[in-house]
Amino acid sequence: MRFDARVEVTHLPGILDPQGAAVERALPALGYDNVGAVSVGKVVRLSIDAVDAEAATAQVHEMCARLLANPVIEAYRVELSVAEETIPA
Amino acid sequence: MTARVGVVVFPGTNCELDVVWAVEHLGGAAELVWHGRTELDGLDAVVVPGGFAHGDYLRTGAIARFSPVMDAVAAFAAAGGPVVGICNGFQVLTEAGLLPGALQKNAGLKFLCAVAEVRIEAVDTVLTNQCSVGDVLRIPINHFEGNYVCGRATLARLRDEDRVVARYVDNPNGSLDDIAGVCNEGRNVVGLMPHPERASEMLLGSADGVPLLRSLLVAAGLRADQPVAG
Repeated sequence: MRFDARVEVTHLPGILDPQGAAVERALPALGYDNVGAVSVGKVVRLSIDAVDAEAATAQVHEMCARLLANPVIEAYRVELSVAEETIPA
Repeated sequence: MTARVGVVVFPGTNCELDVVWAVEHLGGAAELVWHGRTELDGLDAVVVPGGFAHGDYLRTGAIARFSPVMDAVAAFAAAGGPVVGICNGFQVLTEAGLLPGALQKNAGLKFLCAVAEVRIEAVDTVLTNQCSVGDVLRIPINHFEGNYVCGRATLARLRDEDRVVARYVDNPNGSLDDIAGVCNEGRNVVGLMPHPERASEMLLGSADGVPLLRSLLVAAGLRADQPVAG
């Protein structure tokens, strides 16, 4: 089966997020003075072939731990969905 | 015997020739080591130099750590061989798990290209054995991701074990505890954000990098009393 995975990588709580802090400082300048806890992260989308959702999820988590995120400073969240079937040839 | 220093080159590395020049200027021999190599035969020390290894895509050093040469570097380090990572090389060594912590974007979100003053804090490492504690060296920095971070427990351990090798006198990038360089438990792997090879000759504005590079050559087997230029 083919799945689509969406991996969201964010700063670990307590680790200074310079980009988030800069955005948070910029927003009040536009009049948005009710915003806090701004965090800037990244999203990695990928497709993966696996026997089932459990296997796909396990592999994506493994790839996160080994490459897609740095556990020293980053947390990650994985969302998985069944890929829309491509039209057969 | 002349110490032989391997200088690792990834696609995107750009400081390798500066390191080669500085090593040879100080009486050592240097050899470029392409990242696809799987052995480090005949080398007495390894430098992972600055640049943008593999474009620094995803994170600095994140892809480089999986280059074939990194297994050889890890084995060389495990056997006690001197390994120094400079700037991007420091980032690669943290990603590879050879040094603790990580380097993230500068707190001011600016790329920094300046001369920084760093204070030497530990002298029993492969990069500082020719220095004294408290020496203040003027060495160029040139980075966007030089902001050293690590967990609280790791920081406590680095302090307890005297593994902060150098601190910024005036912290330019937000690094935790003003850290400019750290070493591993064995003190044979050192990472440093400033570029000693760019301060290896007065013509460059500072020769303060010389004691650091000479330390590496000493660690690599060059006798300390052998006359070296600089």
